[in-house]
Amino acid sequence: MSGEVEASTEEQQEMQDTVVSPEKAEEVKLKARYPHLGTRPGGSDLLRKRLQKGQQKYFDSGDYNMAKAKMKNKQLPTAAAEKTEITGDHIPTPQDLPQRKQSLVASKLAV
Amino acid sequence: MMAGAGGGNDFQWCFSQVKGAVDEDVAEADIISTVEFNYSGELLATGDKGGRVVIFQREQESKNRLLSRGEYNVYSTFQSHEPEFDYLKSLEIEEKINKIRWLPQQNAAHFLLSANDKTIKLWKISERDKRADGYNLKDEDGRLRDPFRITTLRVPVLMPMDLMVEASPRRIFANAHTYHINSISVNSDYETYLSADDLRINLWHLEITDRSFNIVDIKPANMEELTEVITAAECHPHQCNVFVYSSSKGTIRLCDMRAAALCDRHSKFFEEPEDPSSRSFFSEIISSISDVKFSHSGRYMMTRDYLSVKVWDLNMENRPVETYQVHEYLRSKLCSLYENDCIFDKFECCWNGSDSAIMTGSYNNFFRMFDRNTRRDITLEASRENSKPRAILKPRKVCTGGKRKKDEISVDSLDFNKKILHTAWHPKENVIAVAATNNLYIFQDKMN
Repeated sequence: MSGEVEASTEEQQEMQDTVVSPEKAEEVKLKARYPHLGTRPGGSDLLRKRLQKGQQKYFDSGDYNMAKAKMKNKQLPTAAAEKTEITGDHIPTPQDLPQRKQSLVASKLAV
Repeated sequence: MMAGAGGGNDFQWCFSQVKGAVDEDVAEADIISTVEFNYSGELLATGDKGGRVVIFQREQESKNRLLSRGEYNVYSTFQSHEPEFDYLKSLEIEEKINKIRWLPQQNAAHFLLSANDKTIKLWKISERDKRADGYNLKDEDGRLRDPFRITTLRVPVLMPMDLMVEASPRRIFANAHTYHINSISVNSDYETYLSADDLRINLWHLEITDRSFNIVDIKPANMEELTEVITAAECHPHQCNVFVYSSSKGTIRLCDMRAAALCDRHSKFFEEPEDPSSRSFFSEIISSISDVKFSHSGRYMMTRDYLSVKVWDLNMENRPVETYQVHEYLRSKLCSLYENDCIFDKFECCWNGSDSAIMTGSYNNFFRMFDRNTRRDITLEASRENSKPRAILKPRKVCTGGKRKKDEISVDSLDFNKKILHTAWHPKENVIAVAATNNLYIFQDKMN
């Protein structure tokens, strides 16, 4: 490599590291792709994401109860009408949420 | 113990059975999430993402079957957990079975604990091969007889019937875990068991469902200060006061329940010193322990992190006594493994009955076995291509660079969607169960 190339000491150290450790080379690659990646990878962000494994379904009990109170005087919509897609205006109810398909089928291991 | 290249007295593994669908389209619910032999090895349980448990029973060895051991056939299957929705937190609770643990058999029935993210259930599996005949108040069809028309009394007789295996939930241990349960472990006192989630470990009595003791709590007062989580926990096989738990930082803590009611302070702390100059972005992630298992002897424990398996002597905290590389060639692929989330895969590990060998899974449906005495290791593949009865499994090899020899597979050709996370070794014999996504493979040693 030509001496004309100006590299900072940090880059030089990284270049040395790629020779020494494949892991460090991978880190360089990752940082190149995601420059905004946090400096504390094992820190609370990653862990908190891990703790909240469940999918967040949109349902706000406050909104739901407010909507229910508003509709108290009006007639409640029938179940059939609610089959349309949930839009931004519509307050989801527990009944609206897509039902988790239950495993009524036997396991294929038990065949 | 290990398959050799030549003949002689070298040990070899053979295909025995494969269970599950053949089709390429794998339904999410069919993905096997846990595999466990019972204490005698007679029963083999699997749990899946659909919340179902399937139990296989080994058929009695008959004199005709000289060339292979008894096969495992379906004994019972039931829906253990259902999907639930926590309305308060707006969170789905998956029905996926995270762990199954058998209780030691104490009478004719079999008991096991199955756990999803939030609830543990004690299931009783019992056989019924007789039914009562000749009731006084019911006739043959089950219709009630008019009591005023009964003129004589008879004693019901027990008649044989076709074997029926029934599974019934005997205890439901719920509402004790805010975070996701990753481990359950039956204590050697056969009365208690522990359940662990990301931040807490609870001790239960098998008879009592409305309360449990919290024995470890690592939740910080301020969640911003969270630096590590509990990844696995297990009771000591003989000392009912001792248990261990592993962390996402690659450490293991051994706790003694006689020392304090709350075991936040460990009795022993196991950590391998790390070379600070080799530290990278990935270091902590790949050091996270995905499984911890005591040896049957109780003298050692084994931990699995992303790239290796380590055996620790309980008497030595500062480093493991043995380290085995599972797939070191992945170290130069960590960037893409981070991007596709594979770096977070949780592999399990297991001991053989005599603690002389250990097994763990890898990618491409490969699994690895290490003989602790000879230090030999072998890579085998769970594939329907080698599924002729009693076909000997050929050792596989991953080519790490340079010229790829025939029969070797290059790192870039590995299928990272085919992961073997769950394996189990029969407690007494050389029979192993390997879960490959939605298929369960059973292999055994070659009988001459």
